[in-house]
Amino acid sequence: MSFLDASDMTGGYGGADILHGCTLKVAKGEIAVIVGPNGAGKSTAMKAVFGMLNLREGSVTLDGEDITALSPQERVRKGMGFVPQVNNVFPTMSVEENLEMGAFIRTDDFRDTMEQVYTLFPILRDKRHQNAGELSGGQRQQVAVGRALMTQPKLLMLDEPTAGVSPIVMDELFDRIIEVARTGISILMVEQNARQALEIADQGYVLVQGANRYTDTGAALLADPDVRRTFLGG
Amino acid sequence: MDLLNALVAITNYIIIPASTYGAQLALGALGVTLIYGILRFSNFAHGDTMAFGTAITIMVTWALQAGGVSLGPLPTALLALPFGILATALLMLGTDRVIYAYYRKVKAKPVTLVMVSVGVMFMMNAVTRFLIGVDDIKFTDGERFVITARGFKEFTGLAEPLALRTTQVLTLVMAALIVAALFWFLNNTRTGKSMRAFSDNEDLALLSGINPNRVVAVTWIIAGALATTAGVLYGLDKSFKAFNYFHLLLPIFASAILGGLGNPLGAIAGGFVIAFSEVGVTYAWKKVATYVLPIEPDGLLQLLSTEYKFAVSFIILIVVLLFKPTGLFKGKSV
Repeated sequence: MSFLDASDMTGGYGGADILHGCTLKVAKGEIAVIVGPNGAGKSTAMKAVFGMLNLREGSVTLDGEDITALSPQERVRKGMGFVPQVNNVFPTMSVEENLEMGAFIRTDDFRDTMEQVYTLFPILRDKRHQNAGELSGGQRQQVAVGRALMTQPKLLMLDEPTAGVSPIVMDELFDRIIEVARTGISILMVEQNARQALEIADQGYVLVQGANRYTDTGAALLADPDVRRTFLGG
Repeated sequence: MDLLNALVAITNYIIIPASTYGAQLALGALGVTLIYGILRFSNFAHGDTMAFGTAITIMVTWALQAGGVSLGPLPTALLALPFGILATALLMLGTDRVIYAYYRKVKAKPVTLVMVSVGVMFMMNAVTRFLIGVDDIKFTDGERFVITARGFKEFTGLAEPLALRTTQVLTLVMAALIVAALFWFLNNTRTGKSMRAFSDNEDLALLSGINPNRVVAVTWIIAGALATTAGVLYGLDKSFKAFNYFHLLLPIFASAILGGLGNPLGAIAGGFVIAFSEVGVTYAWKKVATYVLPIEPDGLLQLLSTEYKFAVSFIILIVVLLFKPTGLFKGKSV
């Protein structure tokens, strides 16, 4: 039984369907990566898992509990963390305040969690009094991930975390994401950098036109000649 | 001696009045900028919100005066101010519940909300006139001066007088306290931070579990309190007239936009820049020039007659919108 099980999702933003029976599953503490060509519905699939669009068919269960009808906010309380692709920090607030806002729904003491985030992203500790809007792209992504980790999610969803950052920063971000997964948090991630992402993926999904085209482990997809030729550029 | 006289004249006719006026504009602009940051529209009803709050405060002041209550050297209106704030906050929350909430629910465009606020402005203006009439009302009492013109001349032996009114000191002290309290609230409390987060990035704030209704309600209450305080201070300093507050809307918006809409620090800076420009441009510099320059100038050296003082705000507003729409302090573009 997968920790996250989003099965047969069909729906869109109103009007035509974007997803056509798309299925995504993530096991506990594993990394699942969604790749595919532009317009394949990768981000839409992720948003559907998070409840940001209405599904006509299909269901989403988290840890065995059906959450199909819940709003994004309610899903956050159920243990989902979401890092949007853009506008994912509070630019005029300091790094520390960004993390505090991430923990807004928590009524307990969240200093331990903040300490963990700082341990994971040491640069954020150095810049904790600086405004998030003044940081570099890679640092801002770290703030965004850190903010989402503040609720202590069991499933962390990342929409193209490496968009617009340099290859070196990308490698570092992937390393951090692996570290997060090692702490037992499941990760569902949409990535443009398909090859590098599949290298760290336990499970890979290749979406085309809102439906699953290939589903296998990351390593198997990388080895598949069809996938390589069509989606990974040889 | 001439140089000293010139300095005293500048202080008396420019620095003191412009600082006072600037503080009043800053308080008004803070309310406008908060509403813009959180609710994302320019609230045209803000001037009449000030008028309403001041009208209530004046009526409570009259009641207190009739009851023989006074604050000694300070104006009685200070005691009435909390009542005015309370009434205005309730009016704000009521207006939001009855009118604005609907337009948020249907996700109306900002320009629609602006037009709605124009409607609210007319309503509030009517309510204020209905409550207190259209007359010019002076409601200040207590000690009038901290430094009197004659006292200053006798004390220093200078030719130029310098007067400092109680209401001017009061305005500056109150404005400083309120601004400090507001910034402390925004930077250090959970609710204040959630307001800044909501202003920064509404979607992410919602994802973080921040309750939008609470943020909006707190914003209205604070805007109401700021508007009432600004209105009462302005009324004490000059006089109360229902229509005057409508005219204040232009310099207030100019201050908020000049500073950068949505940026509280900018609103304060904007208020003072506008006030000093307005007073500086409409002041007859002849007296100062006579002291400083070797020859006596012919004209009054007044750039603009006082009737046209609003043109100053208007010109600054247009220049800012044309060349730096985000304002001096990196606010949101209009």
